[in-house]
Amino acid sequence: MALLEVKNLQTSFFTDAGEVKAVNGISFNLDEGKVLGIVGESGSGKSVTAYSIMQILASTAKIKEGSSIKLRGQELVGAGEKVMKTVRGNKVSIIFQDPMTALNPTYTIGHQLMEAIMLHTPRNRKQAKERAIEMLRLVNINEPEKRMKQYPFEFSGGMRQRIVIAMALACEPDILIADEPTTALDVTIQAQILELMNSLQKELGMAIIMITHDLGVVAQMCDEVIVMYAGSICEQGTADEIFYNPRHEYTKGLMRSIPTTSNDDEPLQPITGTPIDLLNMPKGCPFAPRCDAAMKICLQNCATPMDINENHRATCWMNVKKGIEDGSIVLDEETTAKEAEDNE
Amino acid sequence: MSDTEKNLIDASAPLVEVNGLKQYFNINMGMFRTKPLKAVDGVSFQINKGETLGLVGESGCGKTTVGRTLLHLYKPTAGEIYFKGKKIETKQDIKEFRKKATMVFQDPYSSLNPRMTVSDIIGEPLDIHKLYANKAERQEKILELMENVGLNSEHAARYAHEFSGGQRQRIGIARALAINPEFIVCDEPVSALDVSIQAQVINMFADLQEKMNLSYLFIAHDLLVVRHISDRIAVMYLGKMVELADAKEIYDHPLHPYSKALMSAVPVPDPKIARANQRIALGGDIPSPLNAPSGCPFRTRCAYATERCAMEMPEFKEVSKGHFVACHNMDQAN
Repeated sequence: MALLEVKNLQTSFFTDAGEVKAVNGISFNLDEGKVLGIVGESGSGKSVTAYSIMQILASTAKIKEGSSIKLRGQELVGAGEKVMKTVRGNKVSIIFQDPMTALNPTYTIGHQLMEAIMLHTPRNRKQAKERAIEMLRLVNINEPEKRMKQYPFEFSGGMRQRIVIAMALACEPDILIADEPTTALDVTIQAQILELMNSLQKELGMAIIMITHDLGVVAQMCDEVIVMYAGSICEQGTADEIFYNPRHEYTKGLMRSIPTTSNDDEPLQPITGTPIDLLNMPKGCPFAPRCDAAMKICLQNCATPMDINENHRATCWMNVKKGIEDGSIVLDEETTAKEAEDNE
Repeated sequence: MSDTEKNLIDASAPLVEVNGLKQYFNINMGMFRTKPLKAVDGVSFQINKGETLGLVGESGCGKTTVGRTLLHLYKPTAGEIYFKGKKIETKQDIKEFRKKATMVFQDPYSSLNPRMTVSDIIGEPLDIHKLYANKAERQEKILELMENVGLNSEHAARYAHEFSGGQRQRIGIARALAINPEFIVCDEPVSALDVSIQAQVINMFADLQEKMNLSYLFIAHDLLVVRHISDRIAVMYLGKMVELADAKEIYDHPLHPYSKALMSAVPVPDPKIARANQRIALGGDIPSPLNAPSGCPFRTRCAYATERCAMEMPEFKEVSKGHFVACHNMDQAN
């Protein structure tokens, strides 16, 4: 059994302008001790996926029926606030993008750390204080005893993010969700934080869901990767598969559009067009309007996820086309005829 | 003096030259006391015609202030700025300079006036510098500019909020191009954009440069983007320039200990390289520019710091052709 099983997760925002399908039926598993990266642009639904797992969505958002999120076999969708309170912070913790706003400016760091510890574990004040100091030491904060009495404004951005990490890990969660944990930080500080998360992950053995738009961060941190676009999963697989054998046109486009150390004499190949309007979703594949390789069928129907190999699954008609061409997919006559018609 | 004569005289001089630029801000410490914040502390560089100089560094290192002071958006505390060999001093100089030098800002949301239509935004520099003879010419110029940056000219009457981030940045670029500039300061022009849109804008900067023979000062913190677009890169730390070299040279063979750490910290979008990459971890954080360390500003985080580093700021000297470094202990560091 996987640690976390997400099946057909659909989360929508109900706005005055209509229903916004922020997450549109995604499924994935997370195993113990693995680092899963979720990449995508703004509006792709990566953060909403995380907030759905934690059930900390805005009041206008709703996880729709038929969605399932199982943590060690326990269903979380519809489980109620009481159950979620035992999950949040205890079993699943989250760290947010902006360490400036994640901490309360009116309380000391020590107070905030101890509050979290006492809320979730049966420790008394003294034990909680010891644990808090231990956690600060774990995330490499110097003189933790002294630092406990200081307020967030007395810390730099990188240190604040480390304190937030200490807080998230204080109750030894099974899963740590990191929502763009280093986006607000400078490169050298980012390197520090990623290194820290890496070593803590090895030490404590928790699973991490790393949400980011930075493919560099993914390459450095993740075992497995999910690529999202417009609320759907384009492609999922091991990091090596996604980076070296991308099988969805969007992923390929992303890889071509970022500067690397090897492509600097040629112009970048951007993805044309603009990001999708979630209020007016196209009928077929959400990426089809921007896709250079789009076929007729892409505009009509969305492909179903197809296994490329045991470590890789993609949702793109190109794979079906390729399969038909090399004979690995044999269609019955009716579909072939329809396909041929569609592609004409 | 005619324009041709001017060009003949200035042909040998770099397009933009900055010498010992300093920009201090007086910070109010309460009780009528102020303390200088040395945002930029003695920076010198040159930018040639058609060249892109990348300027990188972490937040608070003064890179944005360099760009703004260069255009006299702030009055420099000290130092000289030359444009085509002519020193920019008087108000008249600044006005002339700004007809040829302009800026693209980081945030396409706050840098466009929400009460103005796109055509007014792009037309404003034309109005200020009186670059048209009649209304029809103004409109024609605006539409041409919009086309140049890939905007649909039918959208000229729309307001900025009706556009996406990438399109807004195009509006900002069209506004910058309105004066037909020779030099543009690009202050983090793509960092607010999505990855797939970034590439569109980066390519546009490259195309425009080729077409109009523009020179850029390209300020950004994304090193891979800067490396892609720049001919040369300068690295800043706490108001000082620590290294300047050819883009590939500085990325592949950085000499200053700070540049080394910075380059090694770049997350490379390639799992095999990323896993094998030996990152140089820097301890601690960047000190506050209000309490900058004496001597070399990097010495508090530098593994090779000696007593000498605390005593004097190392000279910014050329170690090989076109490669400048400011470090006392470069031999030990490499």
